[in-house]
Amino acid sequence: QDKNARPLSLSGHVGFDSLPHQLVNKSTCQGFCFNILCIGETGIGKSTLMDTLFNTNFENFESSHFEPKVKLRAQTYDLQESNVRLKLTIVNTVGFGDQMNKQESYQHVVDYIDTQFESYLQEELKIKRSLHNYHDSRIHACLYFIAPSGHSLKSLDLVTMKKLDSKVNIIPVIAKADTISKSELHKFKIKIMSELVSNGVQIYQFPTDDETVSKINTAMNGILPFAVVGSSEEVKIGNKMVKARQYPWGVVQVENENHCDFVKLREMLICVNMEDLREQTHTRHYELYRRCKLEEMGFTDTNPESKPVSLQETYEAKRHEFLGDLQRREEEMRQMFVQRVKEKETELKEAERELQGKFEQLKRLHSEEKSKLDEKRRSLEDEINTFSKKKAAAELLQGQSFNTNANLKKDKDRKK
Amino acid sequence: QAGLADTCSVAQTPGHDLFGYVGIEAVLDQMRRKTMKAGFEFNIMVVGQSGLGKSTLVNTLFKSKVSRKSCSPNYEEKISKTVKLQSVSHVIEEKGVKMKLTVIDTPGFGDQINNENCWEPIVSYVNEQYERYLKEELYVNRKPRIPDTRVHCCVYFLPATGHWLRPIDVEFMKRLGKIVSIVPIIAKADTLTMEERQEFKQRIRQDLKANGIRVYPQTEYDEDPEDRILNDKIRENIPFAVVGTDKEHQVNGNKVLGRKTKWGIIEVENVAHCEFTNLRDLLIRSHLQDLKDVTHNIHYETFRVRRLNESNLTGESEGWREKNRGGE
Repeated sequence: QDKNARPLSLSGHVGFDSLPHQLVNKSTCQGFCFNILCIGETGIGKSTLMDTLFNTNFENFESSHFEPKVKLRAQTYDLQESNVRLKLTIVNTVGFGDQMNKQESYQHVVDYIDTQFESYLQEELKIKRSLHNYHDSRIHACLYFIAPSGHSLKSLDLVTMKKLDSKVNIIPVIAKADTISKSELHKFKIKIMSELVSNGVQIYQFPTDDETVSKINTAMNGILPFAVVGSSEEVKIGNKMVKARQYPWGVVQVENENHCDFVKLREMLICVNMEDLREQTHTRHYELYRRCKLEEMGFTDTNPESKPVSLQETYEAKRHEFLGDLQRREEEMRQMFVQRVKEKETELKEAERELQGKFEQLKRLHSEEKSKLDEKRRSLEDEINTFSKKKAAAELLQGQSFNTNANLKKDKDRKK
Repeated sequence: QAGLADTCSVAQTPGHDLFGYVGIEAVLDQMRRKTMKAGFEFNIMVVGQSGLGKSTLVNTLFKSKVSRKSCSPNYEEKISKTVKLQSVSHVIEEKGVKMKLTVIDTPGFGDQINNENCWEPIVSYVNEQYERYLKEELYVNRKPRIPDTRVHCCVYFLPATGHWLRPIDVEFMKRLGKIVSIVPIIAKADTLTMEERQEFKQRIRQDLKANGIRVYPQTEYDEDPEDRILNDKIRENIPFAVVGTDKEHQVNGNKVLGRKTKWGIIEVENVAHCEFTNLRDLLIRSHLQDLKDVTHNIHYETFRVRRLNESNLTGESEGWREKNRGGE
């Protein structure tokens, strides 16, 4: 029931004009999150550009060209400017475009972006959640570094950007733009933009609906892609130290708008549209991801009879299903367990019986042997008895004969 | 103590110094512009017996005829038999900031002979708004901006008896204090002297504490030491003793909002006379966004947790209007 809210005029100063300040003060206290993804070939100048953009040294190290797969390296930094605290996360691709077979290159990037959306979605779907404390890791801006060939986009560029345009705000930049002459640059930019258009790649458009910034944003939309040069080194020009690259034939000044579009990039990315980039990520890209993910899982807002169904109901129905499933599987497992136990029992019983049988048999054998032995012993004993009897008899006889001999001898001796 | 930056939560990642100006602080301006363009919503509920000056106070707060009484052409002062909630919305603008203000009135509250359970329709209303928001939030295809009808603030009018809280006050604030931010005020405070007022306030604060009633700003939601100091000052002073009027009188050559009596003019916006300006500053000038944040981050989340757990236990969704009965 949307009521028609009538406009009313105030008779005095109420004070709610401080609302934007109240809101901003809260955010200032909590700090802001901004996450940039830099996609580009190894050595194209991603880290240097980030250093230059944020006027600091992010302590990067050079990557090798021999990465077997594309990896993403994310680093978070806490920056502060006056009273604004920014939690900046810079995600760099490592090894992009280095592989012989680049077919899988973009997949890791897509997966990384989806993973961040998924984390947020998971947090949002939790029962007990803390969204206002959540460290938002979703990518707000994707700087795509185009190699300064001067000709056209590489097929890897087109394929990658096409895969990413519905997931993230893409801002294409021409890297190391000091290697292209002004006239070539102009032609290059036109070629790039027309290729993007003809391939249906939707890059980020700076918003033109707010009168304060529509003029500058419209102008900048026409200058895309930005031709940038990055440098952390400083050169003395006149009496100032400026960020520049020194060549034997001259000095390329990074912040000189005649030399490159760096200042424009910084202006657009940070000073004018940072909040819009964050908003678009949340209200457009994230919502799209969420919608697709939920539909994939089977949730809809209307059931087959076209009556509105709440996510709640579908969720509960699914939960019911899932719980039922779980119960069924639990039952199955229990049955299986009981079955197994029975089988094992029978097995063991069988084994027991076998052993028992063996035991009995052995026992029998043993007793047989024993009785045999007993018999033998008895017969031996009998023999011994007989023998000792014989022996005794023989001895007796011998004794008698000896006595007789002795008596005869005695008699013989007396006779002598 | 240290400045704002130090009192806020400490970051865990290493801090990096910027060698020069980057332009990050421009994001504040960007935010301001965007929020001004989008506009704000604010829903305020007024609860109290008839005759306590609810409509007048709301009109005085927003310096325009925002209450339902002032809008309905054939409004009659009838005591309604039940508590019926009615809301009316207006769009007001100040210095480019647009606000959709909804005032929810509760005629009939505390007016019956038997006032048992008179808070129930109010509790239902508050929960219904949370339910509505939750439903919108759960859609697969959801609106980029969910319309917010949740009650951000409930101003509870205490009659200036000078004694203690009445049972109806305690019952109401106990129940509603759990689901919405309550700001109790002493209505028609011009019948109390300064001493009576101080005593009354002290007694009320004691009563609130004794009954475990949490009113806005709740101590648990103080975000940092600075917040706490600010809010403690407010907590020491509530409930604000207010007087409302839409009439202007001449005092010392200035036109002031006031009530003229035979014994003097009570200047509404004079802090020596009443605490109307304190209330206005709290509700509008300093804590409006905070009221909305507390409603969204705390009260709504509490409701959501309860609601989602409830349906998990019963396996049924209660209260959804369009239920899908097929395929049971």
